[in-house]
Parts: sequence; structure tokens; C-alpha cells
Amino acid sequence: MSAAERKIQKKSVSMPKQNPEVRIRNFNEVALGYNEEQALAEAERCLQCKNAPCIKGCPVEIDIPVFIKLIRERNFEAAIKKIKEKNSLPAICGRVCPQEEQCQKYCTLGKVGDPVSIGRLERFVADWERERGFNIPEIPASTGKAVAVIGSGPAGLTVAADLAKLGHKVVVFEALHLPGGVLMYGIPEFRLPKVIVQAEVDYIRKLGVEIRLNHLIGRTYTIPELLKRGFNAVFIGTGAGLPQFLNVPGENLSGIYSANEFLIRVNLMKAYMFPEYDTPIKVGRRVAVIGAGNVAMDAARSALRLGAEQVYIVYRRSREEMPARKEEIENAEEEGVQFCFLAAPVRFIGDDRGWVKQMECIRMELGPPDESGRRRPMPVKDSGFIVDADTVIIAIGRTPNPIIQCTTEGLAVTQWGTIVTDENGKTNIEGVYAGGDIVTGEATVISAMGAGKRAARAIHEYLTGKA
Amino acid sequence: MYPIVEKRVLASNIKSVKVLAPEIAEKAQAGQFVIVRVDEKGERIPLTLVDWNRSEGTISLIFLEVGVSTRKLGKLERGEAILDVAGPLGCPSEIRNYGTVCVVGGGVGIAAAYPIARALKESGNKVISIIGARTAGLLILEEEMGKVSDELYISTDDGTKGYKGFVSDVLKMLILKGYNFNLVYAIGPAVMMRAVAETTRPYKIKTIASLNSIMVDGMGMCGACRVTVGGKTKFACVDGPEFDAHQVDFGELIKRQMFFLPEEKLALEKWESRECCK
Ligand SMILES: Cc1cc2nc3c(=O)[nH]c(=O)nc-3n(C[C@H](O)[C@H](O)[C@H](O)COP(=O)(O)OP(=O)(O)OC[C@H]3O[C@@H](n4cnc5c(N)ncnc54)[C@H](O)[C@@H]3O)c2cc1C
Ligand SMILES: Cc1cc2nc3c(=O)[nH]c(=O)nc-3n(C[C@H](O)[C@H](O)[C@H](O)COP(=O)(O)OP(=O)(O)OC[C@H]3O[C@@H](n4cnc5c(N)ncnc54)[C@H](O)[C@@H]3O)c2cc1C
Ligand code: SF4
Ligand code: SF4
Ligand code: FES
Repeated sequence: MSAAERKIQKKSVSMPKQNPEVRIRNFNEVALGYNEEQALAEAERCLQCKNAPCIKGCPVEIDIPVFIKLIRERNFEAAIKKIKEKNSLPAICGRVCPQEEQCQKYCTLGKVGDPVSIGRLERFVADWERERGFNIPEIPASTGKAVAVIGSGPAGLTVAADLAKLGHKVVVFEALHLPGGVLMYGIPEFRLPKVIVQAEVDYIRKLGVEIRLNHLIGRTYTIPELLKRGFNAVFIGTGAGLPQFLNVPGENLSGIYSANEFLIRVNLMKAYMFPEYDTPIKVGRRVAVIGAGNVAMDAARSALRLGAEQVYIVYRRSREEMPARKEEIENAEEEGVQFCFLAAPVRFIGDDRGWVKQMECIRMELGPPDESGRRRPMPVKDSGFIVDADTVIIAIGRTPNPIIQCTTEGLAVTQWGTIVTDENGKTNIEGVYAGGDIVTGEATVISAMGAGKRAARAIHEYLTGKA
Repeated sequence: MYPIVEKRVLASNIKSVKVLAPEIAEKAQAGQFVIVRVDEKGERIPLTLVDWNRSEGTISLIFLEVGVSTRKLGKLERGEAILDVAGPLGCPSEIRNYGTVCVVGGGVGIAAAYPIARALKESGNKVISIIGARTAGLLILEEEMGKVSDELYISTDDGTKGYKGFVSDVLKMLILKGYNFNLVYAIGPAVMMRAVAETTRPYKIKTIASLNSIMVDGMGMCGACRVTVGGKTKFACVDGPEFDAHQVDFGELIKRQMFFLPEEKLALEKWESRECCK
């Protein structure tokens, strides 16, 4: 073994977390973040690879080795500046990016041990900056052009920030009463504190972006109306918020929520503080969550915190195929969430008040891989069994919000309801761009931001006549 | 913020507010609603657009005080403001000349029936309206409904005004008298709409109900408002709120409306105890 190799620290510095017994009784953030000493130790592990394979795993191509080097030099201000060249929401991405599938997957160190915890370092410097107050970059003189951004999720916020920094007037129209999209209404407080989302949104406002809430585009205004009212371009970032159901008997019994309803009540409406806040939520003793993605984990862990005695994840495939982030599955298990694999509900059974009390499931087995590359679940004949559940949360996916597509004549849409664009987000209507989940179907925060970046560039070129 | 420019008390616990919301007034159509959040800790609740004035930029809402949100709203006076109003939401009513139309409104549902009756009248229909309430003191918009109807019938459960009985009884009477309705609109409590649907079903008269399921976002993102119509799940907020009443599973709607009853009661008790300490 050479001297250089011997110095390699194979294990990453672990991040402190709230103790599971304590955290299942509160909604405070679970992962507490590195302190300065821990961040420096982790940054020290980076090999500063010349070819920097990590960068190609990041959808917005943050210059990872350089920002890590700046952390080592304790120049946190320069480090966050470096990140922000590419990513305007680092405190969020550092927390919720599926790093193990992205930047960290390609890290050279991952071949011999743990990859560098790039996300945790990103989070560290982003938090460092927020605690000291953001630097607002100088905004160039107004170009006289105005852009309407529809939806204030990560895609819309990114487009807004990038175009404002180029001197365009930007107005964001958001249907809900708070900005942030899924960051605000979907991902729970214990994984992404809402003050962080608010701080990022405030920063974007300080760039001169106007955010107009309670505006459902398609109803309050349509896209042709926005174009007529003086907007030179429109960006659609309306996300995939339409909840899917199983379409099995009994699904409309009381006590059966879509994950979106459950999480909107808890996060956006703060039902975990009911009755101080007016919106109620009701969680029974035995909660079944159908599905095994991030949304299912968030719903299951929220249900535990709201007082459920038992929470089951019911998934039609097996442990290996679960789409949720590994870290979040581990957190859920530590907290006591149980897993029931290779099972699927076929019917819900109610009591005389119309409340769910049981569900009938069937066993599944895995066949050959399907289009997604995962093994296809197939029902096992005559394998029905009854499970008790007095609350059910359906978390089997969400499809694109349809209102824009229905109210914008001529807009090209796929059979799945997503909007058709070129690689820069340009739709078939002049001056109209789209990006994020509304184009890809449900994906990730960082991919929505990446789409926002590309669209902002294309819109800028369009507005300045370079396209 | 959406300032209240006018407030009226229509009956003991039914109030009407005129709210400055020019963008909503500009677009409002009969059959649509808004989502209102009274204050920072408030719920999102749906309320029908009863009237609008595009030149003034105002919308009118009428509400029955049943729980915390509607009582909080009822406390706001002229000059104060509602925190959030989003809309117009939902699909507008399909207004055209059907011939003779019967508009049936029950309780606070009369408020939601009014803009529809008016629009139907304006497009040349013969409008026969039936409005009803538990008792005379709770009957609202009698004069307004009278103005937009060719004939107006009134019923109260206790017989303190008009016919004694339910609006569906009056409807039945009119049908038996030989009225030929091309369309019936039913808006009110779910049990009332179900009764109207059952009244018209044997005569195969097309009947539309405006469903008042529990809503959260009101924009198609949560599914709280889902209802079964013709055996299929629909979202009342974006697919409706109006549906073919003969296809609606009212039993399910009624059960789903009651799910949060104990919590709503608790919230109201807490709020009342806080209010009286002020
Ligand atoms: C519970 C949950 C957990 C998740 N966890 C993760 C995670 O850990 N990591 C990760 O990377 N990704 C995660 N995701 C996915 C990620 O949040 C999304 O991919 C991302 O938010 C998509 O961004 P977007 O900007 O395209 O849309 P959204 O975030 O969905 O924002 C769209 C916005 O547009 C608004 N809108 C919709 N229609 C209209 C209209 N007609 N007019 C005006 N406004 C409108 C909506 O109200 C919303 O605010 C999670 C998703 C959920 C639901
Ligand atoms: C499309 C639509 C339009 C509506 N228009 C009007 C209107 O113009 N005027 C009006 O007074 N009401 C209207 N409603 C009903 C109104 O939204 C509810 O009365 C309100 O949400 C109750 O809130 P709360 O906090 O005061 O009472 P809660 O404490 O939430 O509830 C008290 C009682 O009202 C019932 N309830 C709760 N939410 C609803 C709901 N969404 N619909 C029906 N019953 C409910 C509960 O089961 C309970 O019995 C409408 C509902 C819908 C869906
Ligand atoms: S934005 Fe996400 S993928 Fe990119 S470096 Fe940060 S954590 Fe990794
Ligand atoms: S691949 Fe890993 S070790 Fe190499 S530069 Fe990137 S983060 Fe550092
Ligand atoms: S109220 Fe949420 S989908 Fe209708």
C-alpha cells in the first residue's frame, strides 16, 4: 500500500441526528448538520481529483472539488459563492438531494469506502451563510422585459432568480397561499424546516422578484392573457401534484387519504399544531401507507409523530426496489416504521359510519424486469389476506397538474399529461417555456432546478434576440 | 389581503360580505367558488361566488356560521381584511337556453343557487325557483331570487313561511301539477340534494347538484373532495362542483363530510373559550 493510499479516510464523518425516541414526538429537524470541525474533517477527505467525476453526477454541475477546497481553507464565504454560481437553493439541495444516486455515486472515494458527503458539506456552508444573512448580488439595469413564472416550486424559483439577476422583471404566480411548491406543502418540517424554504424565497424576493399568491393560472388568468397583459415570456413550473389512487373498491372511505392531502394538511396547514391551527388531521392507531417512495416515507414518519401506534409501509415489490432514499428508509426504520413487502391492497373494508377498518391484500411475486428495469410484481393466486388499518395513506405517485394544459389552447402535451418541450424547455408556443415535474413527471428538486436553469438561459436569449 | 367593503347580517348566523378582489371579480362566472383563509392559522374553506361587480372589483360571499372558520370570518367587520382569497375555482355552470328550468335552493345553498338562476334567466330560460329553510328567520335572498325567477315558491320545515315541508316536496307538487322541466338544479345540504335527485329520477328529468365536499386546496392536488359519480371517482373542486345528481353517491358524500366532526367540535370549543377571554 502506498503512502498516499494509507492516508485515505474510508469512513465519512457521521452527522449528528436527533435520537429516534425523542424525535418521533416532535416535528423538529432529524439531521442536525455538521459543525465547523466536522465539516473541516469531512472536507479533508476529498482527494481533489483532477477529472472530478463527482461533478458529472450533479444535475447543475456544481464545481464540487473547488467548493470543498474552499471549505478546507475555511473560506466559507467563497465556498457558498462558488456553489451559488450553479445552485440558488443549496440549503435545500444539501438536505433533500438523492446524493447517493447523484454526485456521491461518482465520487472516487466511493470505490474504497464512503464517498465524500458532498450534500452535507453543501448544507453546512449554506446554513453558515443563512445564519449570517445573504449577500444580495448587484442587479443590472432593467432590460424592460417582463416574464411570468407559473408555480413557485424549485423550477419556478430558479427561473425567477436567474432572470431577475439578468435584469428582467419577474412575476411569479402561485396558486397556493405560500410559495415553495412541494418544498413547502409536501416535504415535512422534520426533513426540511420551513424557515429555510422561507429564507430562500425571501432571498429571491430581494432580487426584485414579485410573488403573487392565490393565483391559479388557467382560472385567475390564462397564459394567452398573461402574454397579452405585457409579459414577454411565460415559464410553466406547475409540478406534478395530482394524486393517483389505486382504483379499488372502498377507496373513498373516510380515513383514506392521498399522501398529498395528508402532507398538505400537516405541512402547509400545520395540522400537527391543531387545534392552535384550525386545520384538523386524524390519525388512527394502525396506519397503512401504500407505496415506498420518499413521499410514502414522509407520510409514514409524519403519522408516527401524530401519535399512531403502528405504521406499516405496504409495498408490492421487495426491499431492494424501494424508490425512497436509503437514508430516509433507515430513518423510518429507526423510528419504528414497519415494512410489509410483496403485498398490494385489492379492497378496503369500512365500518357502518363509512370509516376504513381493514384492507384486503394479495401477495405478489417478482417476475422479469419491466421498462423501468425493476422486476415486475405479479399477483399470487388465492393469496388474499386481511390487514387491520384505521387510517390508510395512498402514496403511489402523482401525475402532472392538468389545469394549464386544459386552458392553454394548442399547447403540445403527451399522453401522460406532461408538457412537450425541447431540451431548453421551449414549448410549441412562442415565448412559452416549461420545466420541472410538469415536463418530466415526478422527479427531484435538483432536476427541476436544472430544468429551470436551462429554461432561464433560453428565455434570456429569446428576450435579448439572440435565440 | 382582501379588504371587506361591506357586511350585512342576513339571518341570525348567516352573513354576507363584499370583498375587494378585482382579479377574481373580472373572471367570476356562475357556479364557481373561491377558497378563503381568514387568518394566519386559518383553514382553507370553499365559498361560492354569489355575486360580483366587475367595475367595482368586488365579489360577494354569503356564509352560514357553522364552525371556527366561518365564525372567524363572521367576526371581521367592514374595513378589516381576509388574508387569502383564491379563485375563481371550479368549472362554471353550463348556462344556455334549456327551456323551463327549476332551481332548487336549500338553506345557505340559496346563495349558491342565486347566480345560477340569474344566469339562466339572462339566457332566456323560464326560471321556476323553489327556496327553503328550516324556519322563516333563516330564509335568505327571497327578494333577489324573486327578481330573477318567473315564479318563486317557498317552503319551511316548520311551516313558518310558505309551504310546510321540504323543497323537494314542492318540486314534486309542481311536477304533478304538470310543469315540464327541461332541467333541475339542486343546491343545498347533501340530504336535500339527494331528496331532489330522488324526486326527479322517476321522471327522468336531468338534474344537476353542486357538491359541497370537504376541500383543502380546492385546486386538484389533494383528493380530499373526491366523490363517486357514475361509479367513478371525481374531484369536486376541479371536475365539478356540479355533477349529474342521478349519478352521485350521496351516501358516501354525507359520510365523508362527517369525518372530522369531533375535531371541528373541539376546535370550536377551544376557539370560543379563547374568544371570551378577550
Ligand atoms: C412528499 C414529497 C417528498 C419529496 N422528497 C424529495 C426528496 O427528498 N428529494 C428530492 O429531490 N425530491 C423530492 N420530492 C420531489 C420534488 O419535491 C419535486 O420533484 C420538485 O418539487 C418538483 O419541482 P417543480 O418546481 O417542478 O414543482 P412543485 O414543487 O410541484 O411546484 C409547483 C408549484 O406550482 C403551483 N401550481 C400548480 N398549478 C398552478 C397553476 N395553474 N397556477 C399557479 N400555480 C400553480 C403549485 O401550487 C406548486 O406550488 C418529493 C416530493 C414530495 C411530494
Ligand atoms: C364548492 C363549495 C361551495 C360552498 N359554498 C358555500 C357558501 O357559499 N356558503 C356557505 O355557508 N358554505 C359554503 N360551503 C360550505 C363551507 O365551505 C363550509 O361550511 C365551511 O368549510 C365550514 O367551515 P367551518 O370551519 O366554519 O366549520 P367546520 O368546523 O369545518 O365544520 C362544521 C360543519 O360543517 C361541515 N363542513 C365542513 N366543511 C364542509 C364543506 N366544505 N362543505 C360542507 N360542509 C362542511 C362539517 O361536516 C361540520 O358539520 C361550500 C362548500 C363547497 C365545497
Ligand atoms: S446539488 Fe445535489 S447533486 Fe449537486 S452537488 Fe449538491 S447535493 Fe450533489
Ligand atoms: S470525486 Fe470525490 S474525492 Fe474526487 S473531487 Fe469529487 S468529491 Fe472529491
Ligand atoms: S380539494 Fe384538494 S383536490 Fe379537490
